[in-house]
Amino acid sequence: MLVLGWWLNLKILARSAFDGVLGVVWPLFFATIAFFMYGQGSSDTTLLSASLGASVMGVWSATSTSASSAIQRQRRQGTLELLVAAPRHFSLVLLPITVAMSTIGLYSMVATLLWGRFLFGIHVTIASLPAFALAVPITVVSVGMLGFLLSVTVVRYRTAWALGNALEYPVWLVCGFLVPLQVLPDWVRPISWLLAPTWGINAIRESALGGNPWPDLALCAGLAGVYAAVGVAFTNTVLHSARSRATLALT
Amino acid sequence: MSVIEVADLRRSYTQRSGVFHRTKTDVEAVRGVSFSVEAGELFGLLGPNGAGKTTTIKMLITLLLPTSGSARVLGRDVVTEAREVRRRIGYVFGGDRGLYERLSALDNLRYFAELYGVSPREQKPRIAQLLEMVGLDGREKERVEGYSRGMRQRLHIARGLLHDPDVLFLDEPTIGIDPVGARELRTTIGSLLAVGKTVLLTTHYMFEADELCDRIAVIAAGQIIAAGTPRELKAQVPGSRVLEVEVFGVDDETVAVVRRIDGVRSVVVEERGHAQVLLVSVASDAEVTQPVLSCLSGVTVGRVSSREPTLEDAYVELVRSA
Repeated sequence: MLVLGWWLNLKILARSAFDGVLGVVWPLFFATIAFFMYGQGSSDTTLLSASLGASVMGVWSATSTSASSAIQRQRRQGTLELLVAAPRHFSLVLLPITVAMSTIGLYSMVATLLWGRFLFGIHVTIASLPAFALAVPITVVSVGMLGFLLSVTVVRYRTAWALGNALEYPVWLVCGFLVPLQVLPDWVRPISWLLAPTWGINAIRESALGGNPWPDLALCAGLAGVYAAVGVAFTNTVLHSARSRATLALT
Repeated sequence: MSVIEVADLRRSYTQRSGVFHRTKTDVEAVRGVSFSVEAGELFGLLGPNGAGKTTTIKMLITLLLPTSGSARVLGRDVVTEAREVRRRIGYVFGGDRGLYERLSALDNLRYFAELYGVSPREQKPRIAQLLEMVGLDGREKERVEGYSRGMRQRLHIARGLLHDPDVLFLDEPTIGIDPVGARELRTTIGSLLAVGKTVLLTTHYMFEADELCDRIAVIAAGQIIAAGTPRELKAQVPGSRVLEVEVFGVDDETVAVVRRIDGVRSVVVEERGHAQVLLVSVASDAEVTQPVLSCLSGVTVGRVSSREPTLEDAYVELVRSA
């Protein structure tokens, strides 16, 4: 169910002209921002760090905006009610949708790194390939789980799809994708710690730049697990509320 | 035991309006509906727009929680045993929505087969069998966005039958389909009964209900106002004959005069191109043809005929008097 759902939702996304154009344009935009923010005078490691951050921005953007609008789209096309009316647990329906979006984000990640490499000469050197190869998918999945939490909310509230758009830029900042967390106010730190992508991007950077990625990776995976558990537990409550308040349909 | 048992079912909604001064209004969409459907029966729920048909169906298929009352499908409570109910029912609604446009029909069916827990081994033959049944075999690899409305509707039926449900809920399944497609769909619906399915159907098309349904409940303003077989419903019409008079340019004043004739129970004016048709419902023992024609002396009159009341006549009469 999970694999088929992921594959078919990936097909739906890949065939969308709108999502396709965004998927192509976003990475270029993110890599360009990273380069101009840090400029040519910066060290190679700073540029690589910024480039990696920009690449994860694409994963988050693809998931945050799409995860919430995807449920709204299902509501608009009349499939949300059919999904809820199925006997499977609803979280098994939602999870593949959001993970499919993160997978599209994975393309964005690769494209950002390639754009940075060939246009701005930012070399991608990976100190620990196994750690990097593990950090990337775990970060992508953790972003997917965060999107899953968002999409559960949209099932209940018809207007919650706007939440995904509203969270796109704050998460870029709070998770330290582009700007180091140290420059942010102290009160932001606890919020960053609660967000799995903060640890995910740390793990990716550490594995690429030669640090110790494992504690960050463990925290990222742990938080992703917590999101999944909370999302699954929350699903029943949300569905009960949606059935009570009649918010599954558009009208 | 009845397959569907509904007792005093109610559902109200809260509507909010205003931006700064939010006001809440409670709207009672279903107001104490009770009925039952027996195994192998095709039961029709008829009513005007906003009567509460879809709300009733959505409570029965577990998408909405009732405000009060109870409903059981195959002996299971739709509130407390929702998952068990979902395993054994199918739901099909009319219109363009409810399918993944960018996927092929085959992918749509594979996805819903997974959702309904059809085992991988059974999926392939089951999907092939259903595609053949609804006449979409050979077109299953095309994307749904290229399908006509009739093809989509047939795909909906196939989707609703994937897990071989015992009870099927059809919410206006033939809406917007051309006559040939609608006839084929009615044949398909009729064939479901032959294999032992129980069907609850809502429709606006009276001839469809008359042709298909074993029993019908007429719902208006959230309440059932009449129930019975199509024949019994027709017998509930106060006038047991309908006089049809084709006229050209009749005004409201003349129609009001016709309404006042002794023995006339009601008059409905239908526009048919340049002409209008007066549908005069008449008490069985009254002879009103001459008096009606006298009233229309200043109007050009075309064909005049008398017939037995149809289900539509009965429906219009029942809804008007509700």
